Amino acid sequence: MKILVCISHVPDTTSKINFTDGDTKFDTQGVQFVINPNDEFGLTRAMWLKEKQGASIDVINVGNSSSEPTLRKALAIGADKAIRIDADPLDGYFVAKQISEYVKTSSYDLIIAGRESIDYNGAMVPGLIAGFLKINYVTNCTKLEIDNEKVELDREIDGGKETLNCTLPLIIGGQKGLVEESDLRIPNMRGIMQARQKPLEVLEAFDCSSNTKTIKFYKPEPKQAVKLVSADNLDELINLLHNEAKVL
Amino acid sequence: MSVLTYIESSNGKIKKNSFELASYSCELAKLLNTDVVALTINSEDVNELSNYGITKIIKVNNDSLNKFKASTFADVISKAVNHTNSNYIVLSSSLDSKYLAPLLAAGINAAYVNNVIGLPSSLAPFTIKRTAFTNKAFSDSSINSDKTIIGLSSNSFGLIENSVQSEIEELNVEVENSDLTVNSSEKVSGQISIADADIVVSAGRGMKGPENWNLIEDLAGTLGAATACSKPVSDMGWRPHSEHVGQTGKPVATNLYIAIGISGAIQHLAGINSSKIKVVINNDPEAPFFKAADYGVIGDAFDVVPRLNEKLKEFKAQNS
Ligand SMILES: Cc1cc2nc3c(=O)[nH]c(=O)nc-3n(C[C@H](O)[C@H](O)[C@H](O)COP(=O)(O)OP(=O)(O)OC[C@H]3O[C@@H](n4cnc5c(N)ncnc54)[C@H](O)[C@@H]3O)c2cc1C
Repeated sequence: MKILVCISHVPDTTSKINFTDGDTKFDTQGVQFVINPNDEFGLTRAMWLKEKQGASIDVINVGNSSSEPTLRKALAIGADKAIRIDADPLDGYFVAKQISEYVKTSSYDLIIAGRESIDYNGAMVPGLIAGFLKINYVTNCTKLEIDNEKVELDREIDGGKETLNCTLPLIIGGQKGLVEESDLRIPNMRGIMQARQKPLEVLEAFDCSSNTKTIKFYKPEPKQAVKLVSADNLDELINLLHNEAKVL
Repeated sequence: MSVLTYIESSNGKIKKNSFELASYSCELAKLLNTDVVALTINSEDVNELSNYGITKIIKVNNDSLNKFKASTFADVISKAVNHTNSNYIVLSSSLDSKYLAPLLAAGINAAYVNNVIGLPSSLAPFTIKRTAFTNKAFSDSSINSDKTIIGLSSNSFGLIENSVQSEIEELNVEVENSDLTVNSSEKVSGQISIADADIVVSAGRGMKGPENWNLIEDLAGTLGAATACSKPVSDMGWRPHSEHVGQTGKPVATNLYIAIGISGAIQHLAGINSSKIKVVINNDPEAPFFKAADYGVIGDAFDVVPRLNEKLKEFKAQNS
């Protein structure tokens, strides 16, 4: 089985979010980048499939050279080969087009992406790829079992979950549940050494434009100070929620 | 050129979030100087939509659409888009609509922007505000496409009542099938889901253990609220994963979010920040949540929560 894991290179969850160039660009100064958490759950799931039933795992990122350490980390965790499509990831549409064009030249049984990246939260890359390539798609995927081309999945739905079946090829949008937090792997020394020897291919981007453009970023307005209510005066809290905030 | 909004239903009944979608779509149509059309799939009674300015309703009723399937629903919507010649499609932020949106976008060659929190600030180029960085920031996105799909963030626009006459058209569609089958779905019955709730009562590690969650459930019961929890609480198995909210869990955008024994880590706040009013109950006055909340009570949850619940019961009894 050939697996492709889409890796988004995103600011660590604790990063301070600032902008530069007249609030048109994300300020990467002092920001630590990581594998998008939703993708990391998927990568770990892919490792389990590889170890249980044998598979090759390629990881792909659409980005410039600054995302190579993130791809190397994926190799150190256990992916076999990395592909970087050399372009600024302009929007979700652009990224999905690039990955789809790549997949057309090199077919995969299973593509794993995250349900969304935690920076732009576009939540569209796997769905667009599914639409472009006309393959099965399940997002908010919390379980994935593959037995001889037969696939069993769980999808989180509002207020519960549903179980689905399909055949390969398939693309999923993964999230926690595919594996648990405690299953995530920290690359060990051996993995890091091996990763240096593994192939990281850099490919030229397919010619296409984005269909959205971020023209300005804003930070939230500074918040008004919290109104403290004494624990001995909970009537006042109810009063404020009812009369002032009007939410009761 | 119309604005088409897809109105979800569950068991034949229009979902509550539909009226915000209808209100938004009407205002968008006014700005664009065009008409608005609502599409329903297997809804029985659609009349309520006419209270929110919807002048035209397209009903698709087909037994093979009883179970939600993203690819087939996206296909039905794309047929309605072609039928009405719509250039703008407005979707909710439910998990189902977020699931089908990119499939629809690929199918009709549209741009897709989600987490949208308002009407466009400009029509040429079409520019719209959305949240980014999991609610830590906002951005203006401009669209370069003939067709645009807007995913509206829930509770970001509100309701605009406007009673009109609606024309109803029944549309027959061929339903395409794929080999992807939905077997079963389990919903926690009798409980309100986080996505549908106006109020969410959320609790963290400060509750000490799963045996104490009756306090949280009782309070949620009184308020008609959904229950949620912080990540470590679900990681430790005190509560189901479906309750985990935050940057790596579910997003929450309710009217009232009550956080009990939650410190307010940046990843937690990121996911819940677009809730309108936030209340924190925590015994540590230094807890970061106090910086993010509108109202706060410094106190022991085990003392405050049961008393608050009793008082809310009295309040509810008097105000109902
Ligand atoms: C990559 C990454 C992603 C993450 N994503 C998320 C996410 O999506 N959602 C999320 O929630 N977290 C997330 N986290 C974890 C986050 O950093 C915090 O660890 C977590 O939110 C803390 O949970 P908590 O507030 O329940 O626990 P604690 O931080 O332990 O806080 C417990 C609070 O309870 C208070 N307390 C204790 N006893 C009482 C009492 N008797 N009465 C009242 N108050 C009391 C304490 O004062 C304290 O403030 C993420 C972390 C990482 C690294």
